Formats: sequence, C-alpha cells, structure tokens
Amino acid sequence: MGSSLVDALFIFMLAAFIGFEVIRRVSPLLHTPLMSLTNALDAIAVVGAIILVGEHKSKFAAILGVMAIIAATSNVVGGFLITDRMLKMFKSSRPAKS
Amino acid sequence: MGETLTAFAASDTLIEVVYLIASALFILSLKWMSSPTTARHGVWAGEIGMVLAIAGTLLHHGIVDYKWIAIALVLGSGIGIPLGMVQMTAVPQRTALSHAFGAFCVTLVGTAEFYLRSPQVPRFMMSVLSMEVILGGLTFTGSLMAAGKLQEILPQRPLTYRGQNIVNLSFLAVAIGIAVYLVIHPGARQLFPFMIGIPLIFGVLMIVPIGGADMPTVISLLNSYAGLSAAAMGFVLDNKLLIIAGALDGSSGFILSVIMSKAMNRSFANVLFGAFGQVQTAAAGGEEAKPVRSATAEEAASILTAANKVVVVPGYGMAVAQAQHKVRELYDALTKKGVDVRFAIHPVAGRMPGHMNVLLAEADIPYDRLMEMDEINGDFAQTDVALIIGANDVTNPAARTDTGSPIYGMPILDVDKARTVMVIKRGMSPGFAGIDNPLYYLDKTLMLFGDAKSFVSNIVREVGGGHG
Repeated sequence: MGSSLVDALFIFMLAAFIGFEVIRRVSPLLHTPLMSLTNALDAIAVVGAIILVGEHKSKFAAILGVMAIIAATSNVVGGFLITDRMLKMFKSSRPAKS
Repeated sequence: MGETLTAFAASDTLIEVVYLIASALFILSLKWMSSPTTARHGVWAGEIGMVLAIAGTLLHHGIVDYKWIAIALVLGSGIGIPLGMVQMTAVPQRTALSHAFGAFCVTLVGTAEFYLRSPQVPRFMMSVLSMEVILGGLTFTGSLMAAGKLQEILPQRPLTYRGQNIVNLSFLAVAIGIAVYLVIHPGARQLFPFMIGIPLIFGVLMIVPIGGADMPTVISLLNSYAGLSAAAMGFVLDNKLLIIAGALDGSSGFILSVIMSKAMNRSFANVLFGAFGQVQTAAAGGEEAKPVRSATAEEAASILTAANKVVVVPGYGMAVAQAQHKVRELYDALTKKGVDVRFAIHPVAGRMPGHMNVLLAEADIPYDRLMEMDEINGDFAQTDVALIIGANDVTNPAARTDTGSPIYGMPILDVDKARTVMVIKRGMSPGFAGIDNPLYYLDKTLMLFGDAKSFVSNIVREVGGGHG
C-alpha cells in the first residue's frame, strides 16, 4: 500500500516535469487548441466513472457515475472535435499558395 | 476458481498495458502540438489513446453493468458534438464550460468514492480525495461563472467590495479545515456535504471580481485546477493513467497562467491566490478633452496603399465586431498591391490564450503572418503603418513610461514607434481597464472612428478601387 502511494507520487512528479518541458515548446500560435486538447485528454477521468457505474456498488454511486460519464464524454468528443477544427484552419502561405 | 483468478490477473495486466500505451500517446499528442505542421497528428494520437483507454477499462473484471455505461457514453457524445461545433468566436466560453464539465465529473466520482469507502478511508486517500472534491467543486462553479461572463449572460463588469479577498480566503480556509478534520475522522460523513458545498460557493465568489481583460489568466488557471483535481482522482483510484493525464493538464494550465500573468505584469502569487481584477481606475478622468486627429476610410486607404510595411494589431474589439473576415480582405487587397502585411499578437489579446490566432486562422490568414510580441516589437521602427483594430491597453505607451499608471510595467506592443499609427475605435471611451491611452494624442496617430467591421470594409473598398 505504502509503496504504491510512493510510486504514484513518482509518476505524478515525472509526468508534471514532462508536461512542463513539452508544453513550454508549444507555439503561442496554438495556445487555444492546446487548451482544448488538454481538456479532452483530461476527460480520461471518464475511466474512473466507468468503473464506478460498472461495478454498481450502490445506486447512489451509480447515478453519480452516469452523470460523470456524460460530462466527461462530452469533453472527450467536443474537445477533440473542436481542436481538430481549429488546427485544420491553420495554413501557411509558403507551400504553393497561388 | 484458480482459473478465473488468473483470468482476472491477465485482464488487469492487459488493462495496465493499454493504459501505458495511452499515456505514451497522450505525451506524444502534446509534443506534436509544438508546431502547426504536426499538430493534427497530436489530435489523432490523443484520440487513439482515449479510445484504447476506454476500451481497456471496459475489460475491468469488476464491471457487471454495461447498459448504463453505454447509455451515458451515447448521451455524453450527443452533448459533445454540438459543443465541438460552436463558432470560433465562442471558443473561450466553450473552453470554460468544458473545464466545468471536467471538474463536475471529478467531483461526482470523488463524492461517490467517499460514501462507498467511509468510514474506512486511509489518511492519505482522504487527503487526496479532499483535494479532488475541493479543487473540483471550485473549478466547477468558477468555470460556469467564467463561461457565463464570456457568453454575456452574466455582467462582464468586475464586482468588487472591501475585504473581498479575506471573505473568499476564509471560505477556502473553512473548506480546508473540514478536510483536515475528515482526514483525522473519516467517519464524520455529515461534514462531507460542507466540504463540497463551500468550494462551490468559493468558485462563484472567486470569479465575481474578474473582468473580461483578466479572462485569459483565469481560464488558464481553471484549466490547471481541473487537471490537478483529475490527478488527485488518479491518486484516490490508484490509476496511473489518470495521474499522468491530470499532471499534463495541470502543468499545461500552469504554464499558460504564468505566460498570461507575465504578459499582464501580475505577480505569480497574485494569480495563484485568485486576486485578479485588481486594476484600479485611478488614472482615468480629471483631464479635459485633448485634441486628436481623425481620418476617413479614404485617407486611411491611401496611406495604407502607399506603405511598404503594415502591421495590424488585433484585439478583443475585432472579435466583438466579427471583423476578422473583413481584415482578411484588407490583407488580400494590400498584399496584392505589394504591401507587406503582418499581424502582431499580444499574449493576452482576446479572452483566452491564443484567441486572436484562432480567429485570424479561421479567416484564412496564413499563420506565418501572425507574429508574437517579442518577434515583432523590434520591427515597429521600420513599419510604415501600425493599424490597431479593437485593441487598447496592450498598445498603451504609458505602460513603459508612466510609473503612476495601473498598467505600468506591462509588456506592450511598441506601436508608437511606427511612422504612422491608425486606431479603429468606436469612440474616445477608455478601454476595458478604464485607462486613458496617450497613444491616441500623438501627432502621428490617426483615429478612425466607427465600427471595426464596417470601417475595415470601407477601407477595403477604397484600396480595391471600387470593387472590394
């Protein structure tokens, strides 16, 4: 139990450092799609809600879980959709524009 | 019995492997966002990772009920599609709303986990669970408030009163106090609703003093909180994928908050403790009307056509007037006449990080014409015309020179170094922060009074020689 907690803290720290290094390099041009993308990725919280609903340990937990799945799934679908729509719009003038 | 146990173990190992792959895809997804040429691969990587993770989770041996999972997934997708198809001008409020949804999910799961486990909640788990629901709760209502303000359902004007920060911080302190008590006495279930309710109120109070100009910082900060609450949920559920995704989202929001606060010359502590919206209107008023030079669209068009280098400075006003497509026509018309047209984007222009870039990209302006503040500032001295459309405070030279100005020290676009400055503006009213802009009274400045969209289209008509 104790070691899995420490493992989890290590994972958090490493992921946070990777996040800093990777996201620092994102061009300010793409800050809006970056935010909608991280939002979609963050909705991975849906897996916690899926287990909650699937295990059906209590009616209360299952109801909260269903609402949580709905909220997170709308972020997954909406987030990826709008990020892709935005990125499609970014065009360079260099590759043969005429 | 032994066989089913090994089957369980096998499915658990499989799930862990799937989560490992999904984590790698998420990191690659963000890495590919570094350049517009690879960014769409990033979306695909994220999508594949997400599908794998959800499919893998469905293999979880404890799952007995698939019906409600399926119903919820379908309903969620049904809500997500329209949210993914909103107009580009509505992206800031959509983003705030999705922060709210993410936080809502995390708070609900945290609540359910507490009631399933209480009173046997180990101390560490109770601490992260408290963090999960406190951050989740305040992010939920805070983001809803931000979305309401951005959608203009709620008044955009900041509401402040004496002692506001003390009131707000004491709400937060009470919630943390309850959390500490629950860590020691996890059986005190009657206190749990307060630990959720108080952050929900705090989230509202936190956004009440926020004005529109502070929205880029606030949205970034809420993004960070949403990520951290998801990471806390990962600790509660002992789910490594969730910890990683939450940490990535948290650091992304954190970095954007730092960039935004630097671009507004706010201290970092100022941002972290939610003490934004403090720009005072002290410098405004008390001065008689100073003379300004104004010009017509025809005059503006002839100056622009005669120029070699033009830099356009867009701001939130351009978004409000929906002028970005007319601006593109102006860009096309001037480019055709051999004028070099570029765009200078201040980091906090608009209502969220990168807002102007998205609007201009939507209007088909090539992204290599969009310049960051640091790239373009040295070039203003060689610029013939700086054309400001709906931006104000980010061009205010008082930020460089006037130590008494509330925005003193804020990095600005050095438009006053250009040979001619043109400002499209509805009237002489000061900008969002209520600060007078000395730029407007310079001899080289021409004020173009009118609605951004119709004024730009008038200029286009003049430049194009009648067939704009």
